[in-house]
Amino acid sequence: MSTHTEHQAQQGPEPLDVNDPRLSRFDIVQEGARRDDIEIVHYEPQVVPGSKAERRLTRTVALMFLLTGVFATAFLVVYIWWPWQWEPGTGGDKLYTPLLGVTLGLALLGIGFGILTWGKKLLPKEVSIQDRHDQADDPEGRKITGETMLYLADEMGVRRRPLLGISLLAGLAPVGAVAAAPLIGGLIEQPHKNNQMFTTGFQPAEGGKKIRLIREDGRPIRPADVSVGGQLTVFPGIDGGVSNLHADSPTLLIHLREDDAQKSRAANERKGHGDYMWGNYVAFSKICTHAGCPASLYEQQTNRLLCPCHQSQFLITDNAKPIFGPANRPLPQLPIEVDEEGFFVAKSDYTETIGPDFWERP
Amino acid sequence: MKRRKFDAAALPAKSARAVDDRFQVATPLRKLLNKVFPDHWSFLLGEIALFSFIVLLLTGVFLTFFFEPAMTEVIYNGSYAPLRGTPMSAAYASSLDISFDVRGGLIMRQMHHWSALLFMAAIVVHMLRVFFTGAFRKPRETNWIIGSLLFWVGFLAGFTGYSLPDDGLSGTGLRIASAIILSIPVIGSWVSSSIFGGEFPGTIIISRFFIAHVLLVPGLLVALISVHLGLVFKQKHTQWPGPGRTNENVVGERMFPRYALKQGGFFMVVFGVIALMGGLFQINPIWLFGPYEAWVVSAASQPDWYVMFLDGSTRLMPGWEIHIPIGNGYVIPPLFWPTVVLPGILVGLSTMYPFLEARRLKDYKHHNLLQRPRDVPARTAVGAMALAFYIVLTLSGANDVIADKFHISLNAMTWGGRIGLLILPPIAYYITYRMCLGLQQHDREVLAHGVETGIIKRLPDGRFVEVHQPLTSAEGHDGHPPALDYVGWVVPKKMNRLGALGPAIRGFFYPIEKPAEAPVSPGHPPVEARPEREEIGSGESRR
Repeated sequence: MSTHTEHQAQQGPEPLDVNDPRLSRFDIVQEGARRDDIEIVHYEPQVVPGSKAERRLTRTVALMFLLTGVFATAFLVVYIWWPWQWEPGTGGDKLYTPLLGVTLGLALLGIGFGILTWGKKLLPKEVSIQDRHDQADDPEGRKITGETMLYLADEMGVRRRPLLGISLLAGLAPVGAVAAAPLIGGLIEQPHKNNQMFTTGFQPAEGGKKIRLIREDGRPIRPADVSVGGQLTVFPGIDGGVSNLHADSPTLLIHLREDDAQKSRAANERKGHGDYMWGNYVAFSKICTHAGCPASLYEQQTNRLLCPCHQSQFLITDNAKPIFGPANRPLPQLPIEVDEEGFFVAKSDYTETIGPDFWERP
Repeated sequence: MKRRKFDAAALPAKSARAVDDRFQVATPLRKLLNKVFPDHWSFLLGEIALFSFIVLLLTGVFLTFFFEPAMTEVIYNGSYAPLRGTPMSAAYASSLDISFDVRGGLIMRQMHHWSALLFMAAIVVHMLRVFFTGAFRKPRETNWIIGSLLFWVGFLAGFTGYSLPDDGLSGTGLRIASAIILSIPVIGSWVSSSIFGGEFPGTIIISRFFIAHVLLVPGLLVALISVHLGLVFKQKHTQWPGPGRTNENVVGERMFPRYALKQGGFFMVVFGVIALMGGLFQINPIWLFGPYEAWVVSAASQPDWYVMFLDGSTRLMPGWEIHIPIGNGYVIPPLFWPTVVLPGILVGLSTMYPFLEARRLKDYKHHNLLQRPRDVPARTAVGAMALAFYIVLTLSGANDVIADKFHISLNAMTWGGRIGLLILPPIAYYITYRMCLGLQQHDREVLAHGVETGIIKRLPDGRFVEVHQPLTSAEGHDGHPPALDYVGWVVPKKMNRLGALGPAIRGFFYPIEKPAEAPVSPGHPPVEARPEREEIGSGESRR
């Protein structure tokens, strides 16, 4: 405080004696402000005490506060007695949340606008000016602090006793590593465990047994189940095949029309995938090679498959090559055939990597 | 025995004395009560973010009582009949329970989501205000950096929270997030498998996101917000130029009572608006999306609005992969550029901007007076350029919906976005720059010649001229009023700004007061400078 009084003494009039009984309360407030380098230069009541305007504003504010009470009570009534359990149809329970929102919102708005009106309209308007004091500390203060800190370093004597500093650093560095080790060591996971990034649920079982294609409900699929031009999402017929445990396995089985199938077969041959189709049926990974969303919007007329996340488009009749959008590589194709019982199976696992790209994808 | 008389009226003074005896708070408290804050409507935008954050904390704590952050598979058996019997994660089932089986849970969930959207929106608008008025200049660069970080930490809070219900939409978002992490060269697959605990989706990500969302990220937000406010308090708020306002003072109201009352009232209003939105407007109806299944997605899958610009950049990026033919070959996928590199550049540019500008202008002074955007055309134009860039990206994040609703080809939307992203920002720069110069010129014109009155006068020689009302009654040396100096604040340009029409009579059905006299100055109460100071001029300290 002493700095402020000194400051006042240099610049302004003598500080007032606040114990002077002739001073009004506002005088003391003003004196306090002055001691904080604040000058109240304009102070003007907005309403004349006892005037019509004041009574009117008081009534308005009071009304808002009372409305808050009304709406808050309404909220409680709705909360307790309104039917709230979900029922089918368009019953009263659908109004439960909207009614809570309206009553709570209006209660809060009432108190908010009440306070705002009180502050903005009923309180005196003022303009005060405060010094910023945002210039740098005086050079002397800086010097003293700087010297003090340098003296601290001298007291520690690191310069004279370098061994202490070196050994402290040498001791503390491993402590930092100790803090990081459990976090990194606990979290880190080898990404290529069981070659998981390059295999899917269609990898043949140990005995070389081929994996069936199944539907979402677990039933295997006969060729006749998919009509011409139709498509079906299929899964590996293994434990947990239809679940997020095998999030990279969902596959789209498409029954192409004759001329599209010919195009597709020719494209397969060009790529050396001559035996991947079975009849007019093709199977492509449903997991987009861009960001991993299911590429699931199949446009039958153009044989394009569109991923709804970022609009990559793949041409099914050309090895599912990306023809538009941000994807950079075709959807991998699953080689399929029909087993002796007449159900679709995967000849082998996918021969390309499924899903979004990563650094070490060959 | 004589009972000691209890004097209720003396109690406050007595207890205040007792407190001050022990803690010596009287003087610091007076300083706090007296602190002067400048006022302007645009200073309230940041408050909206602060108040939304408080609502977020309140509703968020409620939600934690009922949410179960586990990916264990359960069979849903709650009130919502259409999903009964569906296998789903415990996280999704408990989110459905919050919506249907916890009384008032749905409004809490929706208020939480709406206040998150409002929080991010207020941050962005507040940031624009700070940028366009130059409030980030020395000494406030640190607070600008903290503010930009708050956007990204808020982004992280939003994303982790939005992923928690494990519904069809948020699971797809998580899938994309894992793909983004995978796309990072060299370490991508390691980071992804470490975060997800193996291959996507794994069984642990919801619990990890939960602790991040309820403890780590909010902790960081609270810390950053505290420092942000503390610095505003310490460095004192900027102010607009005006009569009596200089670079060295703060002109406004003392914090108590009027300023504090207005803040409190405004908080209640923000809270009330969020409650109305949470009750009336459906947000993120997870029961319609179903549980997350890796093979299910629907069209029009859009993230929350503040993520849309990254979604847009991802959609616009052409499928350019970089292949490095060493050994088996290595890949930098196209996803890497719009989702990792672009945000990195944006963080760098936005945090560095105050220093870049200071360096370019060689301006290392303290600035406590704000600038009108028109007075700094280069900065305003850069801001408009950034805004155009951001808007193109955000719209592209919804380009499938726009294509669908307006029957435009989807591919045309993508190409439009790609081209627009490159050519609209420079156009925005040019137009904004010219607009700023035009506005500046008009200000000077009015200051020199006065306000157009709309009165046409015919001179004796037959010419018609418009009568201008000068802004000063002083006489210059040639008989005309002298041209006034521009002081960085609004120039009145219409006659009723000068009081020609007088203010409207207040009152709804009948006048509640006698019509006030016409104000003398445009919009400001007359402010006299402090008597003991002489250096006060309205605009000199701006240079």
